[in-house]
Amino acid sequence: MCLAIPAKILSINGRIAKVDFGGKTIREVDVSLVNANIGDYVLVHAGYAIQVLDEKVAKETIKLWSEVLSEGIKS
Amino acid sequence: MLGENFRNSTLAKSIIKQIERLVPGYNVRFCHVCGTHEWTITHYGIRALLPESLDVIAGPGCPVCVVPAKEIDEAIWLALNKVTVLTFGDMIRVPGSKISLSQAKAMGGKVKVVYSVKDAVKMAKKNPNEEFVFFAIGFETTAPSNAVEILNGPPKNLSFLISHRLIPPVMELLLGIGDLQIDGFIAPGHVSTIIGMRPYEIFPKAYRMPTVIAGFEPLDVLFAILLLLKQINKGEAKLENEYTRAVKWEGNIKAQKVIEEVFEITTGEWRGLGKVPSSALKLKNEFSYLDARLRYNIKVESSRDLLPGCSCHLVIIGKIKPKECPLFMKACTPQSPKGPCMVSIEGTCAIWAKHGIV
Repeated sequence: MCLAIPAKILSINGRIAKVDFGGKTIREVDVSLVNANIGDYVLVHAGYAIQVLDEKVAKETIKLWSEVLSEGIKS
Repeated sequence: MLGENFRNSTLAKSIIKQIERLVPGYNVRFCHVCGTHEWTITHYGIRALLPESLDVIAGPGCPVCVVPAKEIDEAIWLALNKVTVLTFGDMIRVPGSKISLSQAKAMGGKVKVVYSVKDAVKMAKKNPNEEFVFFAIGFETTAPSNAVEILNGPPKNLSFLISHRLIPPVMELLLGIGDLQIDGFIAPGHVSTIIGMRPYEIFPKAYRMPTVIAGFEPLDVLFAILLLLKQINKGEAKLENEYTRAVKWEGNIKAQKVIEEVFEITTGEWRGLGKVPSSALKLKNEFSYLDARLRYNIKVESSRDLLPGCSCHLVIIGKIKPKECPLFMKACTPQSPKGPCMVSIEGTCAIWAKHGIV
């Protein structure tokens, strides 16, 4: 129920956006709860985008984890 | 896609190595409160990778499981009284006091599965001579979409049976159950995308409970466990956010605003757990004309949350593991569920059964 899946916004028409869930799965979702632009990744829950995903932060997180872990191994 | 990097096995191995180094010399128990976390933990076999002295238990994070039988009975009453009940697929097989919505359908009741409240609106518009009720269950993640449709002005033949529940108050309830011995919370990532971090501040501040908001990839969960262990090692209790790519400190303010516009907070009943203060949403007076309970004067008799022998009330709070329930995979199976935990894809028993942990 609280499952939410990332999808990339392809186009926006008012409240409704066409999004790509990957694997050629294109669906329409309601984007009225978020400030999203074409090209953004959004988290989709029950037909609604509930948050814009920060792609940059996602990449940085992995980098940060790798650093924290290598520090932990050294110490 | 974005998630793939969060399944990197080399990183997972080094996180586990660090977890092994950091576990204290006594038993530690972390509690998550999200069915999707339980799915990730079980699907990726995370419990088997953790040291024996470290346990992760599943709290009441399955929204379908916590809807009290009485509210399912109300939906069944509607379905048997010529109102079409629309709800999520998981919900229709959950037993109420006597039967489920799908059994009501077999008896001639009107029940249809929808993916989204938007489908409910479309269906009601398409069939103006039919009466529809959307059985609106779910946590903070789901409530905003219903609020949006309510604010948009749904068609006259659609009303709402609201059964939303809120997560932080039930987390607080868990801490009052002394013998659960929780040492840290893995807070639910998608509820947090909406509510942000502030509602969890009470856990470190008032209860000295380490709390980490986590995403749903295996590395997210492992990293959250590592962060909790680090806090324990330092004797700290902090609120941290592991799921930074989706959860902001302030949450989704637009979503919070629509929830506040449409709903007010009230005491809520949780299946098998009883009443929890400030843990449910109800429609504000100005939207009471959309309240199915008022529109149809629903009459249900006294309800029963648990069948004899069903231990869902203990599984739901993580007090016991599914295997400890006498009915698990004997009288209660995914094909013939006796309690809500065996129905939903987010129910702990159903997840364990599906993954063959018997």
